[in-house]
Amino acid sequence: MELLCPAGNLASLKTALNAGADAVYLGLKDDTNARSFAGLNFTPKKLQQAAQYTQSLGKKIFLTINTFPKPGEEQRWYDAIDLAANTGVNALIMADLSLLDYAHSRYPHLPLHLSVQASATNLGALNLYKKEFNIERAVLPRVLSMKQVRDLSKVSPVDLEVFAFGSLCIMAEGRCHLSSYVTGQSPNTGGSCSPAQHVRWQEVGASRQTRLNNVLIDESSVDEQMGYPVVCKGRYTTAENAKPSHILESPTSLNTLSLLPELAKANVVSLKIEGRQRSPAYVEQVTKVWRQAIDTYLNDPQAYQCQSQWDAALAKVSEGQTTTLGAYERAWQ
Amino acid sequence: MAIIMENTLNASLGPLLYCWSKAKVTEFYQQVADSDIPLVYVGETVCSRRREIKFSDYMAIAQQLRESGKQVVLSTLALIEAPSEFTELSKHIDNGEFTIEANDMGAVSVAKSLELPFVCGPSINNYNLATLNKLASWGMQRFVMPVELSKHWLGHILSDSTKRQFEAEVFGHGYLPLAHSARCFTARQLGRQKDACKIACIDHAKGLLAQTQENQPLLRINGIQTQSAQAIDLRNEFHKMQAMGVSYFRVSPSSLDSIELAQQLITEKSLNSKDERDLSCDGYWHGQPGFNNTLAG
Repeated sequence: MELLCPAGNLASLKTALNAGADAVYLGLKDDTNARSFAGLNFTPKKLQQAAQYTQSLGKKIFLTINTFPKPGEEQRWYDAIDLAANTGVNALIMADLSLLDYAHSRYPHLPLHLSVQASATNLGALNLYKKEFNIERAVLPRVLSMKQVRDLSKVSPVDLEVFAFGSLCIMAEGRCHLSSYVTGQSPNTGGSCSPAQHVRWQEVGASRQTRLNNVLIDESSVDEQMGYPVVCKGRYTTAENAKPSHILESPTSLNTLSLLPELAKANVVSLKIEGRQRSPAYVEQVTKVWRQAIDTYLNDPQAYQCQSQWDAALAKVSEGQTTTLGAYERAWQ
Repeated sequence: MAIIMENTLNASLGPLLYCWSKAKVTEFYQQVADSDIPLVYVGETVCSRRREIKFSDYMAIAQQLRESGKQVVLSTLALIEAPSEFTELSKHIDNGEFTIEANDMGAVSVAKSLELPFVCGPSINNYNLATLNKLASWGMQRFVMPVELSKHWLGHILSDSTKRQFEAEVFGHGYLPLAHSARCFTARQLGRQKDACKIACIDHAKGLLAQTQENQPLLRINGIQTQSAQAIDLRNEFHKMQAMGVSYFRVSPSSLDSIELAQQLITEKSLNSKDERDLSCDGYWHGQPGFNNTLAG
């Protein structure tokens, strides 16, 4: 079972590998990936260094090219694929049909992973991508219950990777327009959800407001912990409930430490840690805990128990300092 | 002298995104049958738990509409998770009579393997011509533009000489489907579990409006689907779409009034009134945040 960790820059990459990651994933410094934030990601030269460092340790590096090319600008995405092939990364993580087609036809030996942004949640979708583009692995959207992951794994034509820890996307990924509805930019089109230039915090008397393109996402007292303003984690009113509440989801992170044995038994090949936009300190903390948990499990699967100090360490770096099993747990749905 | 073929833009009626009682759905499609709308999409696209209208009922509605002279397409679910849902989907696609609208790549996969033609709904990620051409080579006859894309984007696609043969449809009027989740937000609002939802959606004929703490209408909760609070209204762009080569202007129904609205588009090519403009949005079409309203004021 692979531990796959995020690398927003070279410092995070080295931290992750030294803390026990088996593989890292990263993106280029442009809008070819869905974490296109200022100050993050890799130039071609840095990608080369990252690949050399990672592979010299016998570990793997995956390049994320998971946004969708715009008409007339496709070349930027094709160039990214060519660069990845020439650099010798271990796999590409992609969602767009035309890019999968391009990579598969030009570089048939370069392994392809289907990005979560492709939103493949069922056997039909997996069969199609396997048959047409020979994908090796698919990253499952965070909408399936544990039972559904198990059922799909039994029949899947490709290896499965799941999100194990990090910010919780509650919508079927790759098909969520909430960010672009408010800001004009979505992960698919602009390379990020809730782009930072639209975010504004302001204190008004004893309360703090968070706004996204001027829309009030949340308002609370100044001492209350508030998450990064994404539309799905705001507090709103409805005709059923005049008191503002988190009608979609509250600021919280996904944490599946307690599901580790079940994920292993379901033959999930890779556990993904979310957070390319987070600091090296976050990457180190989360990687260490997960390394320890996976090793503990593999050492004696029967005796595995999620330890409270692991959960406590992860809660500290979690959004809203709380965690959830998300859709893996049927009751959450 | 070259003969210039004038493109004909027509109105279509999208699938009903809400959960209505059987009596209400029957009445609705009776009126659709009596209208001049040439293309109608029917079927459940949001939630497999909604069983008021069974697949056999939808087939009967589709047959009734076809007998009224309409082209009918069977729309399928946007989010397919359980194996039982996939089995059911395969059955719907292999119905033997009607083209389907795929709203998930799983549906594309099944249609392709059965060598059946299909339409791509708005939740298939079609973001460039190479992808559209690939889907056309697999049997796609028409696609509905993803709702977050613009007229500028569509102009690029439709004017490209390498475009294969397929039609374009624009989501022109109605509440925009923005996202789908495993979680049922309507059941959650009512304090119910999804597995014991008692079909919570049925009491919300146009979804459940959510407003910010400053009373700005923002979202519309429709079971596992999240929609825009404002209806998109692109009726003023009808002639422009026609000139661009768009084939269908989709009206996404939210009440019997939607039928009237589509009918008016066909007979009068009417523009929207000032009052309606103030309550709508058109940002995506103009390359702006979706909720923007370029005609307000």
